[in-house]
Amino acid sequence: MIVDLGYGALVLALVFSLLQSVVPLVGANRDKKKWMLFGRRSAMALFVLVSLSFGALMYAHVTSDFSVKNVFENSHTLKPMIYKISGAWGSHEGSMMLWVWMLSLWGFGVERAKKIPLPVQARVLSVQGMIGFGFLLFILMTSNPFARLFPVPMEGMDLNPVLQDPGLAVHPPLLYTGYVGFSITFCFAMAALMEKKVDAAWAATLRPWVLAAWIALTLGIMSGAVWAYYELGWGGFWFWDPVENASLMPWLAGTALLHSVAVLEKRNTLGNWTIFLAILAFSFSLLGTFLVRSGILTSVHAFANDPARGIFILVLLTVAIGGAFIFYAFRAPQVKSGAGFSTVSRETAMVLNNVFLFTFCVTVMMGTLYPVFMSALDLGSVSVGPPYYLSVLLPMLVPFALLMGAAPSLAWRKGSLEKLSIPFILTSMTIVVLLTLPLHEKPLSVLGFGVGGWIVFATSYNLWKKISLKLPRSYFGMALAHIGFGILIMGITATTLWKEEKILWMVRGDHVIVAGHDIAFLGTHKSEGPNYDIDTGIFTVDNGYLTPEKRWYPADEKSTSEVALKVENFNLLYLVLGDQDKDQPDRWVVRIYNHTLVLWILLGALMMAGGGFISITDRRRHE
Amino acid sequence: MNKIPLILFAVLVVFFVVPMLKGKDPAILESVMLGKQVPEFSLPAVVKGKKGFSSKDLRATPAIVNVFSSWCMECRLEQGTLEAIGQIENIPIYGIDYKDTPEKLAPWLKEHGDPYTAIGTDTDGHVAIDWGVYGVPETFVIDAKGIIRYKYVGAVTDEVYRAIFRPLLAELRQ
Repeated sequence: MIVDLGYGALVLALVFSLLQSVVPLVGANRDKKKWMLFGRRSAMALFVLVSLSFGALMYAHVTSDFSVKNVFENSHTLKPMIYKISGAWGSHEGSMMLWVWMLSLWGFGVERAKKIPLPVQARVLSVQGMIGFGFLLFILMTSNPFARLFPVPMEGMDLNPVLQDPGLAVHPPLLYTGYVGFSITFCFAMAALMEKKVDAAWAATLRPWVLAAWIALTLGIMSGAVWAYYELGWGGFWFWDPVENASLMPWLAGTALLHSVAVLEKRNTLGNWTIFLAILAFSFSLLGTFLVRSGILTSVHAFANDPARGIFILVLLTVAIGGAFIFYAFRAPQVKSGAGFSTVSRETAMVLNNVFLFTFCVTVMMGTLYPVFMSALDLGSVSVGPPYYLSVLLPMLVPFALLMGAAPSLAWRKGSLEKLSIPFILTSMTIVVLLTLPLHEKPLSVLGFGVGGWIVFATSYNLWKKISLKLPRSYFGMALAHIGFGILIMGITATTLWKEEKILWMVRGDHVIVAGHDIAFLGTHKSEGPNYDIDTGIFTVDNGYLTPEKRWYPADEKSTSEVALKVENFNLLYLVLGDQDKDQPDRWVVRIYNHTLVLWILLGALMMAGGGFISITDRRRHE
Repeated sequence: MNKIPLILFAVLVVFFVVPMLKGKDPAILESVMLGKQVPEFSLPAVVKGKKGFSSKDLRATPAIVNVFSSWCMECRLEQGTLEAIGQIENIPIYGIDYKDTPEKLAPWLKEHGDPYTAIGTDTDGHVAIDWGVYGVPETFVIDAKGIIRYKYVGAVTDEVYRAIFRPLLAELRQ
């Protein structure tokens, strides 16, 4: 019953999305207030309907209603509740529902935002209605999550065990919030092209939406990296896999957008470029969500492919992105642009920032799509790995970071470089100290820390000098995010270059030294858990104990490892108790990893997102 | 200037659509490695009682190299067929364990079947890159001279064996 209601709500949502794409737009063009206001009512209705529908799907999952095919294929009665809930978006159909629900949620956000001028709001909601219509149609025609099964099976097939993880309960919703958030900036860009007007006020309206989407995407990517780190367990957090790249591309475009919006807001210039970036960020979000699903790119993350879906997705992407670029090609020349500026100024720095971010974005795109090109040209299939990305991106990172440190101390319109001498000295000192230390991979370490240190020093010094002035809150947000990025770079450098790992057989009484920690194996202890047997390895590490466990589930004939972690100054030492020697029971495989400053990566990403939050609370007024 | 993005996008669409119109199954990725010698590598052992292997092992007899991982769902579907292939065709099957957590492998093999003559672990995935691997599972057929003759992307099921591997292996034996 509830399932049928969910399906009905989805069909009704399709109708509303169609009305929403037409009525407010006509209203805005003919200046009819009631028609424009319909957009708001409809956005609210859409949100309610899609929520009902998504709720119904979740209900079916929670109650293990196996008459629904989607539940049968992805759930199991014995699954813990959290995975029953997250199972609602674990499958292809469910994730599409989540996507559309996010879309309606953002639409509802626009409906609530009273400060947006009515005609702009009407146009934004209208474009949003079009996107919603496309995707609702896609769900109903090719990916109906409410499809029934008869006869009703007794038990479900269970969610892919890899997906039964708290990390993956959080990661996709965050990522989708970010992806779909860029639909709003896309809609704003379309509305601006329709009105042939971009100005500071438009940028001020747009800014919080860009920030919100960017924060969600930052956290989404971060949660994915954290999951990869602890689940895959050899210290990797980023693999340049197409699906990961797919989330990085909109992030890079979105970061560029964030900066160009700031320029547009302050200096009323870069209008068309901002529109272009807004279109680009959403285009990459669409590619990110769907390219993998269309079967064009094969990846480790790939879900089941279905050609009918692939073609529908391609048509949808072509219409959305192609349509936007056609509109852009013809309308952009008619949009008025602003004044010029001098060479050494913050505007120039921001433009350069955009050039860099755009180049990063294109680099990642080339790497990701290269296999597609090769295959289309019948040149065979290839895969592009980390060496490509590192050799292209690393050299560009240096000037980018120099610029990033210097830019905030440059004034708008006209600036000078004198204020940077102290950070420069501090960075040089750091480099000198690093050069005297015995380090692994010295040149790259010095490079990473020089670059990261420069950003941190220059940004903090600049903030400290200006603290007496009445700075807007967004300035603190910017500074925090930039410092976070510097810390992120240093964390990545240290973790990648200085990691130590040892995999060895240990017998009771053995000692080993890893990264300066004296680790001794005192033997194992047997005990019993609720439905598993436990072997606890007892290790002394320096003056404390670490007790990794190996659990054996006799019913499933499966064993799991509970790693033992020691956190010390942002470093992680982690111990895994591996297999037991069958002939000599006191001999065990032990894996020991030391990841230097790995928590800086997490800290850096959190600071970036935190900076975004602070900026978003800065409610500037534009009279 | 403003039309550049449109033009680039149009080019991109052509590149996406062409393979689809050609009726290419996206699951079939031909490899640039076809007809070439296997890349030089040496992979350490990962499971107790099973040796690792290197490129030298692939130059004596025809062999199958299967790239798999314990976290890969599709890999579960092919273990049974691979076992059968190994027995029926009397051909060694080498496993490249791709980006895996070593201690998860032994129980996984116990549960889903172990068709492998030897298993080498490719923890960081570098060897897989040399092979042009795009994901797991992928299965390569190597002839007696160590030349890659075929690559299959996806699970090798009974149907795939009958349609592709059996005729190919028969041909190799002649």
